[in-house]
Amino acid sequence: MQIELATVHQHIPIQGGYYLLVMLAPDIAPCVRPGQFIHVKVPHLEECLLRRPFSVFWTEGERLAILYKDVGRGTRTLQYLKPGESLSILGPLGRGFPDPDPGRFPVIVAGGYGMAALYMTARSAPTKGIAFFGGRSAKDILCVGEFEAQGWSVQITTEDGSLGRKGIVTDALDDWWVASGRQVRPELFACGPGGMLKAVAQRALERGWEAWTSVDNNMGCGVGACLTCVLKVRGDNGWSWARACREGPVFNVRDVLWEEVE
Amino acid sequence: MMPDLSVEIAGIRMRNPVMTASGTFGYGPEYADLVDLNELGAVVVKGICLNPTKGNPTPRTAETASGLLNAIGLPGPGVEGFVRDYMPFLRRYDVPVIVNIWGKTVEEYAEVAARLDRVPGIAGLEVNVSCPNIKEGSAMFGTDLLMFERVVTAIRAATKLPLIPKLAPNVADIGEFARCAEASGADAISLINSFPGMAVDIRTRGFKLANKTGGLTGPAIKPIALRLVWLAAKAVRIPVIGMGGIVTAQDALEFMMVGARAVAVGTATFVNPDTAIQVIQGIRDFFVEQGIRTVYEWVGSLRDE
Repeated sequence: MQIELATVHQHIPIQGGYYLLVMLAPDIAPCVRPGQFIHVKVPHLEECLLRRPFSVFWTEGERLAILYKDVGRGTRTLQYLKPGESLSILGPLGRGFPDPDPGRFPVIVAGGYGMAALYMTARSAPTKGIAFFGGRSAKDILCVGEFEAQGWSVQITTEDGSLGRKGIVTDALDDWWVASGRQVRPELFACGPGGMLKAVAQRALERGWEAWTSVDNNMGCGVGACLTCVLKVRGDNGWSWARACREGPVFNVRDVLWEEVE
Repeated sequence: MMPDLSVEIAGIRMRNPVMTASGTFGYGPEYADLVDLNELGAVVVKGICLNPTKGNPTPRTAETASGLLNAIGLPGPGVEGFVRDYMPFLRRYDVPVIVNIWGKTVEEYAEVAARLDRVPGIAGLEVNVSCPNIKEGSAMFGTDLLMFERVVTAIRAATKLPLIPKLAPNVADIGEFARCAEASGADAISLINSFPGMAVDIRTRGFKLANKTGGLTGPAIKPIALRLVWLAAKAVRIPVIGMGGIVTAQDALEFMMVGARAVAVGTATFVNPDTAIQVIQGIRDFFVEQGIRTVYEWVGSLRDE
């Protein structure tokens, strides 16, 4: 964990309000593990104090990429950042995804830009499995080609039916499970909105799947001090708080109190 | 010649006048990978009460213009948990550790103080009488002069440790509370705590915090804090620790110039973990530039006829 002044290398609009930001971060980039995040101070936005957390999409040597969507003032201001400009990043932060269990069949479930948290796992997994991508419409389905190039079979679901099958991502997951004859032993790696993670968790718990979820909670300091990003996990006397930034953002589905997740 | 940045506050010798503000630095380990604790003037840990507490539901914070509104609600390990889980870590450092304490009753405050009294490695106690996010009692200790006097007097009787009440900003006459602290046996005072505030959402028509209201911190409150520190410092002879929106060395120097012998960096640490270190360096640079040899030369040097 360290603070680094990174330099913007490439900044590209991908589609529908999504951007790819590649930076040079020679100190932090080589240390990132799959599922970890960085905390970014958005330049030219002095009146918004806090850093913004982003999953690391990928790293290559000294380069580090994030993928983000215009969702508020921070990300709207970030869009104006040009190659050569610098920005302060703090990272790598959090506990990422574990290495896939070689005895299980890897399954990725991604909602929208949630896939950015999963690509490093997809890339490093020794066995390539199936990836389910879901979104509201075609513009929310990102980087399918990158996952396919890593040897993953990608199934797409959109709520409006503009790409892939119409429906939600767990519909496709359910059909795959039935079609597989319920014979495989899956290990799920999931990232997306709370509702999606909840639906995935419910299935994993019912069916005895191993499953890991990366949560996208509002965050303050990113290092465990401010206690903004907490969520309820099972504890000694019923429940306790866990910090998404420190104990997470990746949690085993068995540990989270999903009835409390919105 | 290098200036001497060391100060003494309530009998606590600090190598420089910059401390962490309670609630913004965890209990120490959270930032230890990023900040050398030994470079700080003092470490002030997050508020400790008698028993373990879970704090408020989420959402607990909301960003506002140049500020941060919080209603964390003082989750913590309780006094035994703190001493067991964090003091061994903190004792490894050569830095004064100031424990911030709070309670729901006068007796609870005194009990926490008594239990910490003989714990090795604790340099002093800061008393939170004004967390705006605790429903049961705590806020009125900071805004009701008689309650304030009772709690400070009770803690004074329970401990020999240096005692530093942290004043609430939302009172009519801050000087009254400063003088009351001094008369009740406080060795120093610190101020300000967060200022009560609120944020709402026009789309959901709801509150942005689960607790509905919270405490505002960050640069947004700095002018408020500066005035109150100035007034409090004029009211008492005991040292004053100033805080509220400090981001830069200039901010810290302003607080010291109006009368604070030391300062604390709070919300800014969340943004840049090494803010306190930068502030210390900036104070040193300014003193060198101005030919100022000691902190005492600068404290209270405001032209105030």
